[in-house]
Amino acid sequence: MTTTTDFLLAIEDLTVSFDGFKAVDSLTMYIDKNELRVVIGPNGAGKTTLLDLICGKTKSSSGSISFKNKQMTKMAEHEIVRAGIGRKFQTPSIYENLTVYQNLEVSYPEGRGVFGSLFFKTTDEVIKRVNEVAKEIQLENFLDTEAAILSHGQKQWLEIGMLLMQDPELLMLDEPVAGMSAKERDETAELLNRICQNRSVIVIEHDMEFVKKIARKVTVLHQGKILAEGTMDNVQADEKVIEVYLGH
Amino acid sequence: MNFVYERFLGGKSGAIALGILALLILVVLPLALDLFRLNLVGKYLTYAFAAVSLVLLWGYGGILSLGQGIFFGLGGYAMAMFLKLEASDPESTSIQTTPGIPDFMDWNQLTELPWFWVPFESFTFTLLAILLVPSIFAFIIGYSMFKRRVGGVYFAIITQVIAVILTVLIVGQQGFTGGINGITDLRTLNGWDIRDDSSKYILYFINAILLLGVIMVSKFILTSKLGQLLLAMKDKEDRVRFSGYDVSNFKIFVFCVSAVIAAIGGAMFTLQVGFMSPSFVGIVPSIEMVIFAAVGGRMSLVGVVYGTLLVNYGKTAFSETFPELWLFLMGGLFIAVVMFFPNGLAGIYNKYAPKVKFLKPLFDKPVQSEKKSATKIESEATTEGAK
Repeated sequence: MTTTTDFLLAIEDLTVSFDGFKAVDSLTMYIDKNELRVVIGPNGAGKTTLLDLICGKTKSSSGSISFKNKQMTKMAEHEIVRAGIGRKFQTPSIYENLTVYQNLEVSYPEGRGVFGSLFFKTTDEVIKRVNEVAKEIQLENFLDTEAAILSHGQKQWLEIGMLLMQDPELLMLDEPVAGMSAKERDETAELLNRICQNRSVIVIEHDMEFVKKIARKVTVLHQGKILAEGTMDNVQADEKVIEVYLGH
Repeated sequence: MNFVYERFLGGKSGAIALGILALLILVVLPLALDLFRLNLVGKYLTYAFAAVSLVLLWGYGGILSLGQGIFFGLGGYAMAMFLKLEASDPESTSIQTTPGIPDFMDWNQLTELPWFWVPFESFTFTLLAILLVPSIFAFIIGYSMFKRRVGGVYFAIITQVIAVILTVLIVGQQGFTGGINGITDLRTLNGWDIRDDSSKYILYFINAILLLGVIMVSKFILTSKLGQLLLAMKDKEDRVRFSGYDVSNFKIFVFCVSAVIAAIGGAMFTLQVGFMSPSFVGIVPSIEMVIFAAVGGRMSLVGVVYGTLLVNYGKTAFSETFPELWLFLMGGLFIAVVMFFPNGLAGIYNKYAPKVKFLKPLFDKPVQSEKKSATKIESEATTEGAK
């Protein structure tokens, strides 16, 4: 059933059912290389569940997820990550007791096995990468700060930075600007526009102003199904979309 | 050398703390105490192995095991089986119905050495068994639980249940294990009498040096990337998993390491005290080990040794005068530590000692990593400049 495609990520006929309730229902969606896709939809539309399915946190009931023409549905979470899919959680998920530097260093994609990590050496290459990423997420002056005392926005950036350390080909962000100030939102929009240069990004977002700043192509989810797909203007003009989501 | 200094000793403050501990247990205590008291300290120091194992597992890994007695017991029993076989040569057991087997087997109508006892006639096998049996056992428990993502309080309860099962098994299978009395009347190790005064001194020092060695190896583990991953997992397990790490493997590893450390303590216990019994395997000793670690400070490899010594000193002192009160006191102590000093003695020391003027030089700069990564950025900048 799986077709070979040129797409980076091909989701076909994906369904997950929790005790009969289909959170994602026969969903088909393709993500191109270097594409930035925004997924919007009302609460309970299945947006977060979709990300959970792709990254393996939730196992699908049926359907296929193929990443670079490789089936992801049966793989363990860490294998999916190693294949090149990174995911940011909705609430900032960082290691509060470690410094910013350590948070980034620990995310470096080497020494991932038990013994590899035991004998892992911090090379100049690692230090260079940490400093590059820290600069990208504007935390270069906070390297020795314990992550717990960062502001909410900085924590969100730090988690994005931890993903950038792994240089994933597909980056999935779940509401990256939730709880951010207006200035932080603008900066995050710029950050996203920069980091999607050489990778694909899927963003789930509620904030329409923010979506307009970053979106090229938007997918609207509703009750586990795709309601509309297209540019922001097209989607906003779509009557079904206005009815379920944008209208109120 | 610098590598050893940073990784095995833990930098300046770590090296000083370890040096002070070494001075105390290798020089001060042997000079200050008579042999009886020193032997007692030696016994307490064997418990300190279990406390150190809990620093790795509980303090850093966030995995509370209420069954470290299992591994302490496995190590202790392995050593006791070897010593018992050596003490049961045909001449000294000639009055038995079946000479040449341990006395308790004879009392239980066994006429032949059980198969799993036979390899313990070899000292090499015994030493390997002390290290391998607990780690294999821990691997099986760890694999079956962590792969299924059983953790937290469920893990604690299951380890406790296993400790009970093992105790019941040992007590119930008297003919094979010596039952409730344990394996007693141990005399020699490869012909060397472990009961006379000089060997008690030697065993004390072997034990103390092994303990320092185990602390250094643990330090190496905790200062590696693996140590940082353990802290990260304790905080946000999912983030570690979705950063491409197989979380369960790390948990299994640290559980196995902690099992081996506790087992070494158990084996040294048998050698110094001269017997092993189920009362060092079950729930009570396992929980006591957790209390030693909590009082000493579960994030401090050196702190837990002091915690173990202090709590045991208290136990000996108080249980002589108020035997009934001691258990309540110990429970109260545990609750008080957890509520008011979550990092135990080491936490109090680290908080207040840097403020005392003459102790200041013992510490690194307040934030250790500040210096470290600041120099890293500097060197970064210079290499950038060079380009």
